[in-house]
Amino acid sequence: MSGADKFDEMWGRNETLRAPYEAFRSWFDAEDPARLRAKQREAEDVFRLMGITFNVYGRQEAEERLIPFDIIPRILSRREWEKLSAGIEQRVRAINAFLFDIYHRREIVKAGRVPAEMISRNEAFLPHMLGVTPPGGVYTHIVGVDLVRTGDDEFYVLEDNARTPSGVSYMLENRETMLQMFPELFSKTRVQPVSNYPQLLQRSLAACAPPATTDTPRVAILTPGIYNSAYYEHSFLADQMGVELVEGHDLRVVDGRVAMRTTRGYQPIDVLYRRVDDEYLDPLNFNPESALGVPGIMDVYRAGGITIANAPGTGISDDKAIYSYMPEIVEFYTGERAILQNVPTWRCSEADALAYVLDNLAELVVKEVHGSGGYGMLIGPTSSKKELAAFRKKLKARPGNYIAQPTLSLSTVPIFTKAGLAPRHVDLRPYVMMSPDGIKITPGGLTRVALKKGSLVVNSSQGGGTKDTWVLEE
Amino acid sequence: MLGKTANGLFWMYRLLERAENNARLIETGQRMALTRSSGDDQEWISILETSGMRQGYEAKHETFQKDLVIDWMLRDLDNPASVRACIEAARQNARMVRTAITHETWEATNGGYMAIKEALTRRVSERDLPNVLGLVRQRTALVRGATHGTMLRNDIYDFARLGTFLERADNTARILDTKYYVLLPTASAVGSRLDNAQWETILRSVSARGGYRMVHGNDTSARDVAQFLMLDRRFPRSLWFCVGKLQDNLGYLAADYGERRAAHDQADALCGKLSSSSIDMIFEEGLHEFIQGVIGSLYALGTQVEKDYRFYD
Repeated sequence: MSGADKFDEMWGRNETLRAPYEAFRSWFDAEDPARLRAKQREAEDVFRLMGITFNVYGRQEAEERLIPFDIIPRILSRREWEKLSAGIEQRVRAINAFLFDIYHRREIVKAGRVPAEMISRNEAFLPHMLGVTPPGGVYTHIVGVDLVRTGDDEFYVLEDNARTPSGVSYMLENRETMLQMFPELFSKTRVQPVSNYPQLLQRSLAACAPPATTDTPRVAILTPGIYNSAYYEHSFLADQMGVELVEGHDLRVVDGRVAMRTTRGYQPIDVLYRRVDDEYLDPLNFNPESALGVPGIMDVYRAGGITIANAPGTGISDDKAIYSYMPEIVEFYTGERAILQNVPTWRCSEADALAYVLDNLAELVVKEVHGSGGYGMLIGPTSSKKELAAFRKKLKARPGNYIAQPTLSLSTVPIFTKAGLAPRHVDLRPYVMMSPDGIKITPGGLTRVALKKGSLVVNSSQGGGTKDTWVLEE
Repeated sequence: MLGKTANGLFWMYRLLERAENNARLIETGQRMALTRSSGDDQEWISILETSGMRQGYEAKHETFQKDLVIDWMLRDLDNPASVRACIEAARQNARMVRTAITHETWEATNGGYMAIKEALTRRVSERDLPNVLGLVRQRTALVRGATHGTMLRNDIYDFARLGTFLERADNTARILDTKYYVLLPTASAVGSRLDNAQWETILRSVSARGGYRMVHGNDTSARDVAQFLMLDRRFPRSLWFCVGKLQDNLGYLAADYGERRAAHDQADALCGKLSSSSIDMIFEEGLHEFIQGVIGSLYALGTQVEKDYRFYD
């Protein structure tokens, strides 16, 4: 990467302050760094007291860690956001149409735009969903679209999270914390609010109630339990949405409905926002070992007795091999060119692509098709010869398991360090809600930041932090 | 409300009460140890017995030593009733019922957990002991205050209160049970210094010294101490008071749910038994037997509440 490639969202390519950061900068320059450092520590205390922590898998169960929070906001102009959100909406609409299609008539395969084996031989394809239409026709009630930026007007979709995207509680708590710590900043700069997300989500889910609903739709969140890494988020959302937080052992099928055990007896649930993977959802229909799900819930679902959000089987749309077909998918279902770009992707299942990837491994990023959380990936430019050789072996052994992409020169946003502002790479995950009433996108989303200098890995499980994300009113 | 949530609330408050009571017992033991004339650690055996932690202690340690006893009661995670274990488990329950409690209650619980955990990372020296025990009392009181001041008076509150008062009644009953022999009229006739110290232990361990003095003045008699701890209508740790609260909160649940369950009859029976008894009648019937009966009824009531309100599948 040459110096000219580097794009900083505050300072552009040549140290010229970009417009969205003007008001913030004048505030920042007048601040005493010592006070800001104290505020940074204060923020951590607030997070700890609130219990905004995540559990690290494979560690002692008692270990709860904070996700580091950086006090410098990531700021987008209204115009930037409008373009982004139009692109996201288009993409989510296409994903839903795609899901409906592949579980019904498979027009896209017949049209030769996506190869048949990409669907039927995909691990994330769920035969149980064939011919099933979810209530309201909605498959992806909640989507988190991961975006990266490389320049003023260049955004790329890195991946679509159409299963159970997490992190929205950090988006909300980050803003809450900033409002508490720097109220004066928000009275100077008009920032679009995010705090109504839980209410919108509740309404959006209720609007997808199944035919069996007789009363005001009853929504509940299904969590794997207090040892799950995202338990804080599950309880936070249940609290803010005013809905019950249930675990598998609170539920059973009663009279053809999924019902929760309450102090007054079993009561039916209409919409279940599950934070449990497909595989664990129903021990009768899927993994028989699962204690996290509800025996028979899939049968109730297929009979219209409950809405499961997101619908089972949506995983196929955010699979990294399908990802490479997204431009075609968007065009096929919307009849428009995709507004948001895909990162060029080599599918290692194809012989030519594999050969190219093997020859250029040191310049590429290679990812597992079904991987997530930044695990199991190779970042060519920062890997040793030994690591490259080891990965080359894995690639040859199971080429279909991998895709490769060029190393993008990701944008940076400053973080607050002991030495002042310092640029760090970021990504952005906006949260999208879908119901028969339409698509809603919370302005901004979650900005994740790689706290280590030069690092491109923003995942919280691997040393990433978060920032408040602002979309300016004007 | 989910049955699981009712269960979590019940245990969150039960365990907080237990942590507080155990901290108070340690305080009492330390106080007694510092003011007695002989040099053995007899008082600690009695404290362990009162707290129901003697068996576990003996399984781990061979001799009764003050610092080992204190560590066992305060910090040892092998002891599920140690202050640290109770606070951790209470907080775990609070996480589970996070959607049912207010932000302030959660913050008081989580903040208390963090502060107490920090204070108990290392063995507590004798010099620091008063502060650490004070911290436990203050932090648990803070949760109680946040609960009282911010929570709706609905079924959530009722299950929390049921946990608090069941544990508190049980604690008072157990203290009475391990010390019943010094409360018998025959023992009071002796009137030795030892007995005064024993009564003092009992009163201190339920924070009753001030209250007792207000009601009975400075004349301590076994009969009055027993009467105060079992039947006093105003002392918030007396059996009568706690059982009355259990009956009240179960009553609110019945009104709220429009239905009485088996636990209501059990609570009524226990209340009736305490209300219709005088201390002389109890002595006549046999203090030990009476207290044993109360402990048994409390246990049965707890189990019935679990069943009636579907705590478990």
